[in-house]
Amino acid sequence: MKSRSAEMFSETRSLLRALKKLGKEKAPRSLLPAVRRRIESGDFYLRWSSPLGPVFVAYNQKGISAVMRARSGGAFERSFRKRFSRPVYPAPDSPRKGWQNEAQWAAAGKEKIIPFDLESLSPFEQAVLRKALEIPRGEVRPYGWIAREIGRPKAVRAVGTALAKNPIPILIPCHRVIRSDGKIGSYALGGKEKKMEILASEGLDAAGLEKMAESKTRFWGSDTTGVFCYPTCRQARRISSGHRVNFPSEKEALAAGYRPCKLCRPSQAA
Amino acid sequence: MNKARWTGKDQGLSRALSEKVDGNFERLVLVFQDRLYSFALRLASNRADAEEIVQDGFIRAYRALKAYPPQRIEKIDLSPWLYRIVLNVFRTRFRKEQSRPFPVSTPASGPAGEIAAGSSPQETAEQAESRKQLEKGVASLPERYRVPLVLRYVENLSYSEIKEILKQPEGTLKSNVHRGVQLLRENFLRRNRREEP
Repeated sequence: MKSRSAEMFSETRSLLRALKKLGKEKAPRSLLPAVRRRIESGDFYLRWSSPLGPVFVAYNQKGISAVMRARSGGAFERSFRKRFSRPVYPAPDSPRKGWQNEAQWAAAGKEKIIPFDLESLSPFEQAVLRKALEIPRGEVRPYGWIAREIGRPKAVRAVGTALAKNPIPILIPCHRVIRSDGKIGSYALGGKEKKMEILASEGLDAAGLEKMAESKTRFWGSDTTGVFCYPTCRQARRISSGHRVNFPSEKEALAAGYRPCKLCRPSQAA
Repeated sequence: MNKARWTGKDQGLSRALSEKVDGNFERLVLVFQDRLYSFALRLASNRADAEEIVQDGFIRAYRALKAYPPQRIEKIDLSPWLYRIVLNVFRTRFRKEQSRPFPVSTPASGPAGEIAAGSSPQETAEQAESRKQLEKGVASLPERYRVPLVLRYVENLSYSEIKEILKQPEGTLKSNVHRGVQLLRENFLRRNRREEP
């Protein structure tokens, strides 16, 4: 048999004919689905006009993966790659890939349960961010509250660091977390000014909050119910001014016989 | 099973892509997957590697198309562009592996079955064997000769297209293809002589 092929291919014309036959290969059926899958599983981004001006929202099949401010799409792609060491591409124009719809809802400011891709973060950072998600729109909580709520009451600084590294600002409301002394604190996505701005867009009187912090009021109590709250808690906002009692610390509120609100949980005893 | 191969530009598809990448990309995959796969098979050492190379190639192409402005997409000559991407994927992947890829062995599949139609089992076995010999022969050629030879005679491309893919002058290509054919023939001639009593 060998001699036959050897004989065959030593003649140029039959060699070329045989070569041509090698080109009649069919690609495996698995190829197209594999390509399709790989195209859909990457990170994509949309431009979004947020309360902070234009930002870029990235998403993949697991959920929203990043929110960043950038001058242009190209600049965003570069900083995304630098931070997550993987590429991101402009969103495909065909409908429904990954969490595109959710990203659009989020961009439109509609309150929706949005899945997030936090896999690149440590379990502690994830816990901090998930806790921050529980703070309702128009309210704020101190860093110490998150630390206590996730069972790491001493890790207040670490909470601050984790929030500063929030890959999905605005959508994960790290801006709703303020300093334990009642001051607004800083904000990675454009400093304190931007933090005030975004809180104001959510209907919060941020300046009034700072003023209250200066007058050393941290909690509000109601003398009719005997409950004390964070001043932005929706229960506290219902207290009429005649029945409102100001407290500089939870210790004093507790000493006055008040119990912590079960909604905003201003104290461990809640 | 006669594959329609273009020699010229497919302007319809590049125009469609320039308007909308996502709706038309699958068409591009379907149109080009067979020829790119048969090309990759002559580059890589086995079917699995070949499939991966083509897959990576399509992903690269997709990302490039997403990043290009429409005017640029419209001007792309898709066939040589895609061959070049596949070749580059292969080269980056095997850059570190200095050793020559193992000779390709392609277990009987579609084409072999096709040959089988209307021929005796004896002939089929012989044809499969000679096919294997030829694949080995091609795989043993140095890349410099193998790539242009495969593009010219396996993929049936014109020299002007190959020029686009390899970015070499036509004279160089022609002489490399010729040299490749000579080497292949000599290979079989030698074997012929050896096997004759």
